[in-house]
Formats: sequence, C-alpha cells, structure tokens
Amino acid sequence: MEDRNAAAPETAAPDMTGLSRAQLRRMKRFENPWLNPKLLWGLGLLLGIVALGILGRIFWDTEMVFTGSGLPRQAPVGIENLRGQVGSWAHPLGTDVTGKDILALLIVGAPNSLYVGVLASLIGMSIGIFLGFSAGFIGGRTDDVIRVGSDVMITIPPLLILVVFQAAYGDISLTIMAILIACFVWQSPTRLIRAQVLSMRESGYVQMARLSGASTWHIMFREMLPNLVPYLFGSFIANVTTSIVTAVGLEVLGLGPQRIPTLGRVIYDAINSGALIQNLWWWWGIPTLLLAVMFIGLLLVNLGLDEVSNPRLRRL
Amino acid sequence: MGRIPAGYLANRITTLVLTVVIAATLIWIIPRLSGLDPASAALGRMASGGGSVENADQILAQLRESFGLDQPLSMQYLLYVWNTLTFDFGLSTASFPTPVAAMIGNALPWTIGLMLISLVITFLIGNLLGALMVWEHTPRIWKVAIPAAMVFTSVPPILSGLLLMYIFSTQLRWFPLSGPYGLNVEPSWTFDFAASVLYHGFLPALSIVVVTFGFWALGMRGLMIGVQGEDYTTLAKAKGLRPRYILYRYMIRNAILPQITAFALKIGMLVAGQVLVERIFAYPGMGKLLYDAILTQDYPVIQGVSFVIILMTAVSVFLVDLVYPLVDPRIRHGA
Repeated sequence: MEDRNAAAPETAAPDMTGLSRAQLRRMKRFENPWLNPKLLWGLGLLLGIVALGILGRIFWDTEMVFTGSGLPRQAPVGIENLRGQVGSWAHPLGTDVTGKDILALLIVGAPNSLYVGVLASLIGMSIGIFLGFSAGFIGGRTDDVIRVGSDVMITIPPLLILVVFQAAYGDISLTIMAILIACFVWQSPTRLIRAQVLSMRESGYVQMARLSGASTWHIMFREMLPNLVPYLFGSFIANVTTSIVTAVGLEVLGLGPQRIPTLGRVIYDAINSGALIQNLWWWWGIPTLLLAVMFIGLLLVNLGLDEVSNPRLRRL
Repeated sequence: MGRIPAGYLANRITTLVLTVVIAATLIWIIPRLSGLDPASAALGRMASGGGSVENADQILAQLRESFGLDQPLSMQYLLYVWNTLTFDFGLSTASFPTPVAAMIGNALPWTIGLMLISLVITFLIGNLLGALMVWEHTPRIWKVAIPAAMVFTSVPPILSGLLLMYIFSTQLRWFPLSGPYGLNVEPSWTFDFAASVLYHGFLPALSIVVVTFGFWALGMRGLMIGVQGEDYTTLAKAKGLRPRYILYRYMIRNAILPQITAFALKIGMLVAGQVLVERIFAYPGMGKLLYDAILTQDYPVIQGVSFVIILMTAVSVFLVDLVYPLVDPRIRHGA
C-alpha cells in the first residue's frame, strides 16, 4: 500500500520542470506489473498463514487441540485472567474453558480454512471455465441453458442451501464441505468467461486460427485461454474469499465438520460459552483477527491482480 | 412500464420462477436424500420430553399421515411446492404447534428493517467515498484514509460484529449487548420504543456497514475513473463550474448507474451475512430463527426460513432488472 503517497503529486498542478520521484517510481513500476506492492503484500500475508500451519506442526504440539491439554481459561503470556492467574509460555495464546490450547487450534484450524477455500474455488473455476467456454463458443441452445442456469444459481445464497444440507446430514468432512460450496461458486466465472469469449470470438487471431483449420478445442484452450489468465486469477481469488466466508459462516452456526478444529468452530464455541461476557477475549479475538488477516490478504491479492490486468487502475 | 419489451419481461420472469422453483426443490430433496424420517424424529422428541411413549406404532403412523408421508413421492413433492408457494410451511416441530409461517411473519420485519437501513447507508457512504477517491479536489488526508479503511471490505460481518460488540458493548458499555429493544419499553408506536429500537439496532447495522461499504467504493472508483476522462467533464471544468457542482451533478450522477445493478445482486449476499450478525446480537430476525431451528433440529422452520430469504433475493433482483432501464435510458432491454 506504499504507493498511496504517489497519488498526491498527481493531483497537484502538473509540474513542468521535470519528473518527480513518485512519477519516476510509477514509471518504473510499469516495467514489471507483477511487482505490484498490493499483490506482494497480500501474498506475503497468505504465505504467513501457510507458514504458521507448516512451522507450527514442526515446533508446536498440535495434540493440544484436545480438551484438557492445559488449565482452563489461561490468558496469553504476561496477561492476567479474571482469577488473577498470569499466562505462561506453556500456552502462549492462552486456553479456552475446556483447556484447549489456542495456538494449537490456530495452527490446525487456519490451514483448514484455506484448504476449503482453495479446493472449492478450484472446482468452481474448472466448472466455470468449461461452461463459460461452451456457452460463448458453441452458442445457441447450449448458451441459453448455461446462461439461464447461472442467472438462476447466482441469486441463491449458498449459505442457506448448505444450512439445509448440513442440518439433514450432520457431520461432514472438510473435503465434502468444499465440494458442496463449489456447487455455488461456478456462476460468476462462467459469466465472466462467457462474456470474454463472446468478444474474443470475433477478434483477428481467433478468425485466423479458425481459417487455418485449428480444432475448436485448440482455439478454446491454446488460443483464447492464455489471454484470460489475469481475469481467471482475479475470479479465482474472489471465489476463494466467498468460499471461506461461506465455510466460516457454517462453522459459526455450529455446522460444518464437528471433529476437526476450524477457526469458525472455535468462534462458535467461544460465543456459546459466553466468552464475550467472561472477557475471555483471546479465545474468540485471536481466531477472528487471524481470519481478518486472511481476508485482507486475499483482498490485497485481488486488488493487485486488478491493477496488473487493468493498467488504468494503476494510477492511484 | 410501457417501455419494457415483452421478450425481456418474459425472460426475467422465467428466471425468477426458475430460481424460486429450483430453490424450493433443493430444499425439499436434500433432507429426503439423507433418509431422515421426520415422523420418527418427532416421536423421538416426544420420547425425550416425556420418558417412554405408549402406542408408539400408532402415533408414528398418525404422524406419517399428518406429515403426508403416506402419499407417493411425486404427490408429496407437488403438495410441497403448492404449500410453499402459498407460504404454508407446516408446523414447527420444536415449538409445536406454532405454524412456521407465523414465526417467519414475526421475524421478517426485523430482518427487512435492519437490512434496508444498513444497505442504504452502505450504498450512500460507499459510493460517496469511492467518488472521493478519484476526485481531484479531495483533501489529501481522505485520499490516504479511505483506502486504509477499505481493508475491512473483505472481512465477513460476523467478525466485525464480534469486534464492535466487544469494544462498544462489553468494554465501553455505550451500546446494549443484545436484543432488539430495551426491557423497559413495550412494543408500540411511541417515540421511546422507536428510539430504543434504533439504539439497539445501531451496532448490528454498523457491523454490516463497516465491511460492505468498500465493495461500493471500489466499484465507484472504477466507474469514476472512466467518467473523469469524458469530454463533458472537461467541458464543465472549462466553463468554470464549481468543482463540487461538477462532482455531484456531472460525475457521480453518470458513474452511479451501474452500481444499481450491483445493489440487487448484493442483497442476497448481505442477507446471508446478516443471518450471522443477527445470531451474535440475538436480534430476533430470520437469522436468529434459523439458528434456533438448527439447534433444535426444527426442519420445517429451517426450510421455511431458507426459502423466504431466497425468495426475497430473487424478487429484489427481478425488480431491479425491471427498474434499471427506467433509471438509465441508455440501456436498451434485451440488447
């Protein structure tokens, strides 16, 4: 986000005496659009969470996600809880009312949330790429069916259908949850790709490929797909966010996987045990902050990708 | 409405009807596929309430009949679709024998009220801030503050709700912790009651506004960049009109139109997010109803609430699709 300062000189009256430092820096940035500060910061935050999951498993005992791993209601290091006990290094982020170690919960839970988001989004993207290309390229009846289908499905909030599903089936695994969420995140990539394919279909290089006898498959995936990569990335990240929001929503309602620690589940337990009133802020607050960091990271990556694919936005 | 061509209208109505029917069908099929028997579930609840149940077989048969389970599946489905479309969702199993429709009727005004207020506030604030991000006369401090505030955009409202609740309710004690109105006021059309409702609704609404305004601001920013380069903006500047006048009358008025479509699509996501906010603030809307129903495994209520929320979303998208061309004469239907 450092480039915010660069916006200020631009708004001032144009200076004819020479290029300011900010302007020079901006020009340099055009050399490699992928070195976008928002993109890099966002990736950094996400990699930090992945690193927490990997390093945590090596250096911390993840068995402490189970009940009774320590004294209940311990505060983080150096902070006193309501009973006057000072938190120790045995549980650096404190424990919940049943003595589960919060740090261990984060180490196990955070990668689970990312896993659900990425898997659901990957499946949704694959469906979206397939349907979007089919609709835009084949057209006719196929297009009508796919277009109406995605129009219909984009209106239905995934959370509510999934609540009905979970209420009927009870416990499910992370992978099943990801697959279920994927059923609701294919619509926007489908629409996006369809619109792009429709406009690309008439362009010169596609006409050329068609004239030289390339197969439909070749035109779709070798000629057109590479041009869509920046859009696909943006759509992918937006879908990861939607998927994680949906997964966390289910978990906070007490649905979702029951036996695997997830961040949403920790928050659900905390709210249900009155952690807000008992002032056990570390119990719900730390998972909340970690989720916020995850979402901010995803947003920054998305904004960065927008600027990479659309140079007009780079001015700010 | 004379300007809307029949083909476009038919297309939109088909989408609306398909959405509602598909949603209703999904809600019906999913519990049936799980092999769950509502009659034995009801019997189980009876048994857990009153110890042993005598004549269990007879009661089970009677329950099956009253739930319509003795009919063939196709009949059950048609009956269900008809009942759903007439807002007859049956009786709640947890608070038997309250009709589900009555429970939803009580909860719906709270949800719609909270949703409309937060949606309108976000739309106004978000678009104004988005426009200010691009406007060349914006004070410098705003140009730094707005993008910084936007990082909250991606956070789901339940997280912002928890944080706001902790800071303003449990720590500072400025706002009440939960509930729709104070314990000392009676629901009636008095000033005290209205003030109490607004006071209690402030934090839930704020937790939604904080995390959604950025969506509008981002969209508006992109649109404003387009408008900024238009000839009419340059002409307005050349004429020497006041910058503020140009911002409101020339730039925002032209840039805001595509945002209205987004308004419709956003309603669905907003309601889903609000379900969770209502749950943590114990706000007696659809979200709390849904959560309580999940806890007590009250399937008729879960199905009814899900259906009504999806219906609301679909109808609002439909209405905006119809109204939009009236707002923006440049858009031609069916194009």
